[in-house]
Amino acid sequence: MATRAPDRPAAPPRPPGKRRRFNGRHWRYQADVKGSPYAYVAPFFLLFCAFGLFPLLYTAWVSLHEWTLLQDEHEFLGLDNFIAVVQDSYFWNATFNTLSIGFLSTAPQLLLAIWLAHLLNRPLRAQTLFRVTLLLPNVTSVVAVVVIFSQIFGRDFGLLNWVLSLFGAGEIDWRAGTGTSHIAISTMIMWRWTGYNALILLAAMQAVPRELYEAATIDGASNLTQLRKITIPMIRPTMIFVVITSTIGAMQIFAEPLLFGAYSVTGGQDRQYQTLALFIYENFARLDFGYASAISWMMFLFIIVIAGINFLLTSRTKGDLR
Amino acid sequence: MRAAKGMRLTYLTLLGVAFFTALPLYFSVVVASRDNAALAQVPPPMIPGGNFFENIGRVFETVPFALAMLNSVIVSGSIAVAVMFLSTLAGFAFAKLRFRGRQALLLITVATMMVPSLLGMIPLYMLMVKLEWTGSIYALIVPGLVNAFGVFFMTQYLSRALPTELLEAGRVDGCTTWGLVWHVVFPAARPAAAVLGMLTFMNAWNDYMWPLLVLTPENPTVQVALSTLAAGYVNDYVMGLAGTALGTLPLVLVFALLGKHIIGGIMQGAVKG
Repeated sequence: MATRAPDRPAAPPRPPGKRRRFNGRHWRYQADVKGSPYAYVAPFFLLFCAFGLFPLLYTAWVSLHEWTLLQDEHEFLGLDNFIAVVQDSYFWNATFNTLSIGFLSTAPQLLLAIWLAHLLNRPLRAQTLFRVTLLLPNVTSVVAVVVIFSQIFGRDFGLLNWVLSLFGAGEIDWRAGTGTSHIAISTMIMWRWTGYNALILLAAMQAVPRELYEAATIDGASNLTQLRKITIPMIRPTMIFVVITSTIGAMQIFAEPLLFGAYSVTGGQDRQYQTLALFIYENFARLDFGYASAISWMMFLFIIVIAGINFLLTSRTKGDLR
Repeated sequence: MRAAKGMRLTYLTLLGVAFFTALPLYFSVVVASRDNAALAQVPPPMIPGGNFFENIGRVFETVPFALAMLNSVIVSGSIAVAVMFLSTLAGFAFAKLRFRGRQALLLITVATMMVPSLLGMIPLYMLMVKLEWTGSIYALIVPGLVNAFGVFFMTQYLSRALPTELLEAGRVDGCTTWGLVWHVVFPAARPAAAVLGMLTFMNAWNDYMWPLLVLTPENPTVQVALSTLAAGYVNDYVMGLAGTALGTLPLVLVFALLGKHIIGGIMQGAVKG
């Protein structure tokens, strides 16, 4: 008000002028209120449509064509690419590997994350120190994680094989086997993501009313019972969020198998750890974009199905407080 | 008595977890500061040696690491600033302004967060070929300028933290919407925008698959350069880990200093989601 005062004194002596100016101002005010919201959303939405939304939808179009980067003409194939994908044994191999690595990394990770969050949800000293340490792996890049763990899981001079040799185990060639390579890759994923998920679950746990625990303690419920009967039902929405995002992440595992195999797009000689994302990349690198797009859509389909199953499992089974 | 014992067990467990979390990072520093011969020792070396700078020197000889660092700083920095700015604007509009199509636009934005980014990668690559941006960092910066998460994050924050009365008071005082953005929204958004900026910077710095697709080893980001080291020089672990340490260190330092705020942001954003 104060800053506008200099303009105002002129208004009262000249009512007609004031009215006209009021209308002009009113029009501008209307335009500002009605129109300007679009101006604030527009930069985001234009960029988002061009580089986010359009590519997502265009994949569907590409997947229906014989499409390589080199040709200008793209022959329409209908569903032929999809039929070829479904009949491709490499595709099912990659699907199996993705599911196996996804399960091995996600299931223990979530149990560990819940347990860690439960431990951190107590009056502890050095809270911040524990939290920062837990999140450090998440700050480390995927590439760095794989480089570090490639040393640890090395056959000849690996740290893990040395530790195992103390217990009399022989040298394990972690890359060679299906099971061992899946364990190695899952360990990398777990190391990078457990702390992150634990913190998200911890945030949800801190919102659970303290009285519930106090009442349960008076009733003599053990720590574990409290976790099962109070905490987990109360944080269910966040659990669902964590499970779904972990599933989406696990289905797209790419850098770990690629770099663990020293840049082999096949994921080992026998494709023993080629994931779906890596299989897409293999076909992308062969410039077979139509085929790669069809695999992408199949992968998306799997993600929807598995995320749906996980959603049902998470929302049904875990305890019943409400 | 029992409670005290329980607490001791909690501390022990957490310390154990912290140990196994930190061990790989520590061990990588140990290896990065040794020579390759030391790796074959039994038992393996457990304290850092004095070869770090020599190994770093070889990193710079093998890949254009200085250029990679520069590229990563430019890419991550410009993406972080743009995401903070554009997400605050759009988040404000979604949270506090009334306009036709608001609900639908917000819904589309949130829905795409659930779609794997891999699905759009091939057409995005074709788009970059058309624009002749492959091999250049434009291909990383321009698609990174906005993301759905940032807008969602700022919408959530502003709808909670920005009092509607304050905006109304501004209107009564004759502020235009842009005036409100400048004098009310930006100051109120600062804490969340800072967290978003740091998260975005970290993600951009660590992004790997997309830079790998569009860039060349001659003009890499840090991650692409590191993967060249890791893939092409399999037997030179020491050099690979020295490069890794150098490429990760800046981020770990920033995180160690600002970790509290970043963690606060992650935890806040998550509960609402």
